Amino acid sequence: MIHQFKNNGYNIVLDVNSGSVHVVDDMVYDIISAYEGHTVDEVVCQFEGKYSKEDVEECYAEITELKEAGQLFTEDIYEPYIDSFKDRPTVVKALCLHIAHDCNLGCKYCFAEEGEYHGRRALMSYEVGKKALDFLVANSGNRRNLEVDFFGGEPTMNFEVVKQLVAYGRSLEEPNNKKFRFTLTTNGILLNDEILEFANKEMGNIVLSIDGRKEVNDRMRPVRSSGKSSYDIIMPKFKKVAESRNQMNYYVRGTFTHHNLDFSNDVLHLADEGFEQISVEPVVAQPTDDYAIREEDLEILKEQYDILAKELVKRKKAGKGFNFFHFMIDLSGGPCVAKRLQGCGSGCEYLAVTPWGDLYPCHQFVGNEDFLMGNVDEGITRPDIRDSFKACNVYAKEKCKSCFAKFYCSGGCAANSYNFHGNINDAYDIGCELQRKRIECAIMVRAAMAEEE
Amino acid sequence: MKHIKTLTNRVLKDTMKNGGCGECQTSCQSACKTSCTVGNQSCENKNN
Repeated sequence: MIHQFKNNGYNIVLDVNSGSVHVVDDMVYDIISAYEGHTVDEVVCQFEGKYSKEDVEECYAEITELKEAGQLFTEDIYEPYIDSFKDRPTVVKALCLHIAHDCNLGCKYCFAEEGEYHGRRALMSYEVGKKALDFLVANSGNRRNLEVDFFGGEPTMNFEVVKQLVAYGRSLEEPNNKKFRFTLTTNGILLNDEILEFANKEMGNIVLSIDGRKEVNDRMRPVRSSGKSSYDIIMPKFKKVAESRNQMNYYVRGTFTHHNLDFSNDVLHLADEGFEQISVEPVVAQPTDDYAIREEDLEILKEQYDILAKELVKRKKAGKGFNFFHFMIDLSGGPCVAKRLQGCGSGCEYLAVTPWGDLYPCHQFVGNEDFLMGNVDEGITRPDIRDSFKACNVYAKEKCKSCFAKFYCSGGCAANSYNFHGNINDAYDIGCELQRKRIECAIMVRAAMAEEE
Repeated sequence: MKHIKTLTNRVLKDTMKNGGCGECQTSCQSACKTSCTVGNQSCENKNN
């Protein structure tokens, strides 16, 4: 299976099952689409009048060489391989700790319903957090790297507990031969020098929530108590965070909605403000929400990704580049095929923990009682839920089988699938369209930069 | 090759032998919380 596309003047051919990426000239681009099942003579005939016999034969030979090298028209041989992974014991290696189900912003698109996740306001106690870390270590098997994200609501509203839990986590490392990677996701309102100093010492990554331009950010992310601008409060602080971390190991992360379909301007605004690590992604909302991305928005959004990719190439070539998370792709050292097929790990190796210690498959399922899997005292009490997530991979999803993007998104987000189709084995179609576009743009950026090397 | 430039130097099949160690970052812990970006992650297994 191959996927061929043109982007920004590049002809690109992706061999889906090997992950090989080729930049080809116009002739090969035409000929490759006629290659499968046809002899060289038949292909020569087909392009008679357009390309000479010698040219077609030369292109045909190059394509054949790559096919024989396992870099074109390769078969999908991974289904039995991934089945063997299902029999392995499940380990937990990452937790999203909901340190605070409370928030000081009133973001209109919040899937956590302004921090409360369809429930009551609550802060996680040190005792509950400690049990969560113990649960993680006890269930992590021989995995060494363990990840804990301090999430919310807004985790800085309960920062003393964050500090205590980091200290407790560190005390578990040596005796258990583990390494904790802590991350913090914050809206920045309460960020101060003390929190920053602590985060820079202990947090492997810090995610700073901001949507882009002031008017765009403030429309969806007003201060909860006053309805006023959050941009003015957070922007100077976020700049300080980025600089204090030497422009590495952080992300400014935004959400775009139907109200800012020209979101490339928001990404570029963040870049112009000096941020070098940027992640901005589409809102996931119910179709009834006025800010939801609609099917008719797709063409505009795809064009926006093209604009952004072109501008990114331009800036990178001028030495003024930045990382756009959704265009990041490592064509030579990316994840192994096992990782690509198993997906994000929600419900099995990745779990969310509520302030009172309940376990859910991920942060997006928190509050939906049907997905309550257990708690930090008893562990997993609903192994059936875990097993259904474990079985949810690319091959379990009908829509993914013929999709070229399957080894990049791994079947997509289970929560998105559930929200739109009522089960986790489907796919969120608008999200898929955008994901495919992002992968094309990401590959184009690599192709453009390869010219420089 | 005259007409084709290959950007990748590894094929996915080659990662089957030593892959699946699970030490790499969970995608939602990085910079997305509402999409699935497994392909963006880096491999942490030097044998791969």
